[in-house]
Amino acid sequence: MEEQRHFVCVTCPVGCNIEAKVRGTELLTLVGNRCARGVDFVKEELTAPRRMLTTTVRVRGAALPLVPVRSEAPVPKGRLLEIAAHLRDVVLDAPVAEHQVVCADVLGTGVDIIASRALERVD
Amino acid sequence: MRNLRCDVLVIGSGPAGLAAAYQARECGARDVLVIERNAELGGILPQCIHNGFGVRVFQSDLTGPEYVARWARMAAEAGVRTLTRTMVLAIESSPDGARRRVIATSGADGMLAIEPTALVLAMGCRERPRGALAIPGLRPAGVYTAGTAQRLVNIEGYMPGERHVILGSGDIGMIMARRLTLEGARVEAMCEILPYVSGLRRNLVQCVMDYDIPLHLSTTVIDVAGRERVESVTIAQVDAAWRPIAGTERVLPCDTLLLSVGLIPENELSRAAGVMIDPVTGGPVVDQAGATSVPGVYAAGNVVHVYDLVDDVTASALRAGRSAAGCACCTLLAESCELPVTAGENVHHVVPQRVRLPLVPEEGATLELRVRQPVEKAVRVRLSADGDVLLNKRLRYVRPSEMIGLALQPEWNERLTSAGGLQVDVEEA
Ligand SMILES: Cc1cc2nc3c(=O)[nH]c(=O)nc-3n(C[C@H](O)[C@H](O)[C@H](O)COP(=O)(O)OP(=O)(O)OC[C@H]3O[C@@H](n4cnc5c(N)ncnc54)[C@H](O)[C@@H]3O)c2cc1C
Ligand code: SF4
Repeated sequence: MEEQRHFVCVTCPVGCNIEAKVRGTELLTLVGNRCARGVDFVKEELTAPRRMLTTTVRVRGAALPLVPVRSEAPVPKGRLLEIAAHLRDVVLDAPVAEHQVVCADVLGTGVDIIASRALERVD
Repeated sequence: MRNLRCDVLVIGSGPAGLAAAYQARECGARDVLVIERNAELGGILPQCIHNGFGVRVFQSDLTGPEYVARWARMAAEAGVRTLTRTMVLAIESSPDGARRRVIATSGADGMLAIEPTALVLAMGCRERPRGALAIPGLRPAGVYTAGTAQRLVNIEGYMPGERHVILGSGDIGMIMARRLTLEGARVEAMCEILPYVSGLRRNLVQCVMDYDIPLHLSTTVIDVAGRERVESVTIAQVDAAWRPIAGTERVLPCDTLLLSVGLIPENELSRAAGVMIDPVTGGPVVDQAGATSVPGVYAAGNVVHVYDLVDDVTASALRAGRSAAGCACCTLLAESCELPVTAGENVHHVVPQRVRLPLVPEEGATLELRVRQPVEKAVRVRLSADGDVLLNKRLRYVRPSEMIGLALQPEWNERLTSAGGLQVDVEEA
């Protein structure tokens, strides 16, 4: 059965409002996306939605107690909470370099978690 | 008191301050200094650990810390000097009004007096505090603004509470709803007094709907209960005049209430320096280059009006940095005329409030505006000069949360010379 569905593309901050005609998990037509990535977004939303994850992990030996981290690529939406909970138990030692891998292939998703900033060591 | 001199002095090291300083150097200012009261550069961005920054400026989707690290590096490489842990206390004018002296204090150097040729205001904005809200009840612990909670969770590393209610649906509130959920806390509800969400739709999707956070529109908090600590809040639906509707009250047990009810440009310094403030935006009245009503004083970023995208903040700062450098090198045209810009039908405000002629291509002049009311169908955004229509832009919808940009075309110069003013109207197509 064909149906009309509304999406907000979250790929970039433009946040295009997309009207799509779909049949089950199949995308038929769409309007409202300002770039091609909007098409991929809707296709993924219909089958296996993914999101970027940003959170923090604890650090020892820096001026700040935390370092912000992010997933290197979007991870399955359904696993966000599980990955965030896993990262709550990770503790790093300063110094931390920007984009240093904090947790490789997090929970077998194939995606690395990397540091969003550098933190110096203070003794 | 130590005396310092520089060509361009920038107050604030957020994305606006760093980009203005960088651009002032690139445009030939010799000595550019940024003053920041915090221990680190970057303004609000070190605590904005989510992604969504820099899609237009760098064509990549960065987190706040990454975006600001890039600008800090670019500014340093361009030869910008920075002074952190230094707070500007006052901006004084010479008796003839021609020169400015900035008074600052720093832990390391004591009092400083700086005489810049040009000054850029980039102090950002602050959150509307609790006092601005008419929430009755006792004053128990556990009430925070969303931005304060963001700082606690993302920088200082502790949770404001276990069970949260968020009042207001601004972007920071929505981002915090997701953040608290990811950290294992509960968000019982988000209440918005308006009949629509006040932040960006993308944040509604990826921060609120993705995590099944209950959202109540046309609803507000009417009571906060608890003696030492918040124990519950009472929410109620409101009518069109924002009066609580009797019989709709609900008590939500919680230990923390977060307020995400808007930002106000930080302009105590500007006001005291005699800079003319627009009562609608809360920021300085500026032209397209960020020039304020005081000669040699420019402004950029959230200090002018609240932006939702950092890329637009950066663009405004590049314009202001360029003109501050021009002022410092005395190459600005002395003779120019100004057109006032009026917010017409369904337009809440327009920045700049005045446009200086002639328009020049390098300047990249842009009108930035917000609508008063959302319209969820096609509209026309019309720019006219005394009734002469310059531009008629069709948009599929307009919302107060999404700023609209209109590029000003130098080819209009001739049509504008005899005009008395510009006006923007937004009407259904
Ligand atoms: C919580 C939040 C989330 C956001 N999310 C996004 C997003 O996802 N994507 C996006 O593109 N944009 C986002 N934005 C918008 C964008 O990041 C901000 O608009 C931007 O940070 C504003 O930059 P600014 O330089 O004008 O101000 P700020 O970053 O606030 O910097 C102002 C600086 O001035 C300093 N200062 C003030 N007064 C003085 C003084 N007297 N002396 C010395 N220093 C002083 C302050 O300490 C501060 O460092 C977000 C904003 C916030 C608040
Ligand atoms: S469709 Fe393209 S422009 Fe629109 S939000 Fe998605 S990525 Fe951004």
